[in-house]
Amino acid sequence: MSEWRYWYAEQRGTLLALGIFVLMFIIYTANHPAGFTANVVQTASNKGVLLAFIAMAQTLVVITAGIDLSVGMIFLLTNCLASWLVVGTPAETAFGVVVVLLVGVLCGALNGAIVIYGRLQPIVATIATGAVYFGLALLLRPTPGGSVNEDLADALTTKYFGFLPASLVTLFVVVLVVWVPFSRSVYGRAAYASGSSEVAAYMSGMPIRRGKFLAYTLAGLLAAIGGLFLTFFTYTGEAAYASGNSYTLFSIAAVVLGGVSLFGGRGSVIGAIFGAFAFRTIGDLLFVFDFDPLWQPLFQGVVLLLAVSLGAFALFRVRNRLEWFG
Amino acid sequence: MSETTSGGLAERMPKFVRRADPAVVTAFACILALLVIGSIYSTSFLSPEYLLQQLKVASFLGVIATGMMLVILLGQIDLSVPWVVSSGAMMACAAAAYGPLGVALAIPFGVLCGVLIGLVNGVGVAYLRIPSMIITLATNAVAQGLMVVYTGGFSPQDSAPEAMRWLATGFLVPGVPNAVIVWALVGAAMVFVLTRTAFGRSVYAIGNRERAAYLSGIDTRRIVLIAFAVSGGLSAFGGVLLAGYASKAAQSMGDAYLLPAIAAVVLGGTSILGGRGSYLGTVAGVILITLLQSILSVMQMPEAGRQITYGVVIVVMLLLYGRAPASR
Repeated sequence: MSEWRYWYAEQRGTLLALGIFVLMFIIYTANHPAGFTANVVQTASNKGVLLAFIAMAQTLVVITAGIDLSVGMIFLLTNCLASWLVVGTPAETAFGVVVVLLVGVLCGALNGAIVIYGRLQPIVATIATGAVYFGLALLLRPTPGGSVNEDLADALTTKYFGFLPASLVTLFVVVLVVWVPFSRSVYGRAAYASGSSEVAAYMSGMPIRRGKFLAYTLAGLLAAIGGLFLTFFTYTGEAAYASGNSYTLFSIAAVVLGGVSLFGGRGSVIGAIFGAFAFRTIGDLLFVFDFDPLWQPLFQGVVLLLAVSLGAFALFRVRNRLEWFG
Repeated sequence: MSETTSGGLAERMPKFVRRADPAVVTAFACILALLVIGSIYSTSFLSPEYLLQQLKVASFLGVIATGMMLVILLGQIDLSVPWVVSSGAMMACAAAAYGPLGVALAIPFGVLCGVLIGLVNGVGVAYLRIPSMIITLATNAVAQGLMVVYTGGFSPQDSAPEAMRWLATGFLVPGVPNAVIVWALVGAAMVFVLTRTAFGRSVYAIGNRERAAYLSGIDTRRIVLIAFAVSGGLSAFGGVLLAGYASKAAQSMGDAYLLPAIAAVVLGGTSILGGRGSYLGTVAGVILITLLQSILSVMQMPEAGRQITYGVVIVVMLLLYGRAPASR
C-alpha cells in the first residue's frame, strides 16, 4: 500500500497531465464534425508529436534546473537541413537522417558545453546559441523550399492497421530508446539530483557535469527528431523565426502542463508528452467551436499564462517567508 | 548612520576612479576597434553626420536596454520586450486615431500599456514567485495575442501623430536629434535612481541576495514589482519612439530588440546574475551593438550572417567576463 503512495506522489504531475489531455481530447472529438475517427486521431497525433518531441527535449534540460531557449531554433535548423539531405535513394536518405540527427546532437552538446563548462547562465547562453542556429537555418533556406524522401515521410506519418498513427509509434520508440535508458542510468539520476540540489549532488559524488551535459546533448537530439518530423509533415524546409520562437514557448508550456518543475529535479518526459498533447488539443478546441482563428494566439497565450501561474500554488505550502526567495 | 554614509562616500570616490571595470573598458575598446575597422571600410564612417545618425538609431535600443538593465540588476530577465515594444507603438498610434484628445494622450497611453504588462510581469515574479523568464515569455505571448486580435492580423493602418515623429526625428537643439536627447534624459534619470536613491540601492541589494535584502527590511516584492513596471514602460516608450521614427507601427517591430537589449546590458558588464553593473557599461554596450549592426549592414551582410555574428559575439564576450564562479 505504502509503495503505491510513493509511486503516486512521484507520478502525480504525469497523471494530472494525462487527465487534462484525456478530458480535452474527449471534448475535442465530441465536438469535431467527423467525430472520433482514425483520421481525426491521426491528424491530432501528427500535430501533437511535433510538440511532444520539443517538449521532451525541453524536459531533459529543465530537469537539471536549466532551460533551453534554443530548442525551437535547433528544430528549425534540422528541418532546413533535412530538406536538403533526406532525399534520394534509401542509402542517401539514411545518410541524411544520420547527419541531421548528428547536427542536433552537436547543437545540444554546444549548448551543454557553454552552460556547464563555460559556466554561463542557460537563459542567455541558449538565446545566443539560438540566434546562431537560426542564422544557420536561414543560410540553408533563405526562402522556404526543398523536399524530402516521400516514401519515408509517408511511412512515418501514415497509420498502421488502419487505426494506429505511425507518428505515435515513433514517439513510443524514441521514449524507449532515449528516455528509458537515460532516466535509469547514473547520468540520468545525476541530472535529476543536480536539478534538485546541485550542492547535495556534488557532495554525494554524482557525475553532475556529465549528467547535465548528456541531458543538453540528448535535448539537441530530440529537437532534431522533431525537426525531421516537421520535414516529413510539410515536405519543405523553412526558417521561420516566429515558428521557432513559438515552439520554444509552447515547449515550456507543455513542460509545465506536464508536471515538470521549472526549478528542476521533478517530473518526467512522459508527463511532458501528455502536456504537449493537452496543449495542442486546447489550441485546436477553438477550431471545433468555430472561433475566429485570430483569437488563437491570445487563447494560447492565456492558457500558457494560467499554466505557469499554477506553480504559484506551491506558495501555500511555504511555512517560512524566507523560502520565497529560494 | 552618518558614519556609514561618510564611510560609504569615502570608499566610493576612489573606487570610482580605481574601479575601471574591465568589462566597460573592453566594451569601449571594442567600440574604438569597430570605428577603426569601419573607417578603413568607408571614409564617411567617421563623419559627424554618420556618427550622429548612429547615435540616433542607438537611442531606441538605449531606452529599451535601460529598462532591461534594471530588471537584470535584480537578477531577473524580461523576455516580454518584443511585444511590449510593438504594443506600445500600436497602442500609441491607435490612440492617436481618436481625435485631438487621443493625439494629446497618445504617448502616455502607449507607455501606460507597457507599464500594465510590466505590472503583470512584476506581480507574477514578485508575489507569485514564478521564474521571470517564464512569466515574461507568457505575457509576451498574451500581448502578441491581444495585438493580433486588435489588428486583425494585418499591420495597423493608423499612423504616428506629429508629436511622436518630432520626438524621434525632430531637432530641438540644432544638430542633435531629439531621440538622443530623450535617451540622455532617460539615462540620466536611471543613473540618478540607481546611485542616489534608496530604490536604486535596494535594486542592487536584491540582485546580490534577495533573502538578505528582505531580512534587512526592504520590501523586496514591491521593489521587484516597480522595476518590472518601469521596464515595461521603457520598452513601450522605445516602441513609441520607433513608431515615430518609422511614422507607423508594425506587427513584429519589437522582435529585433530582445536579443540586442540583453546583449547590450550584458556586454556592458552588468552581471546576468544581478547585483553588479553600471549604466555607463550599458551605454557602451548599446553603442557597441549599434555600431556592430551598422558595420554588418554596410558590409551588406545578410540577416543570417548578422544573427550568427550576434550569437557568437555574445557568447564569446560572456565567456571572457560573464562566467559564474567555479564550482563550490
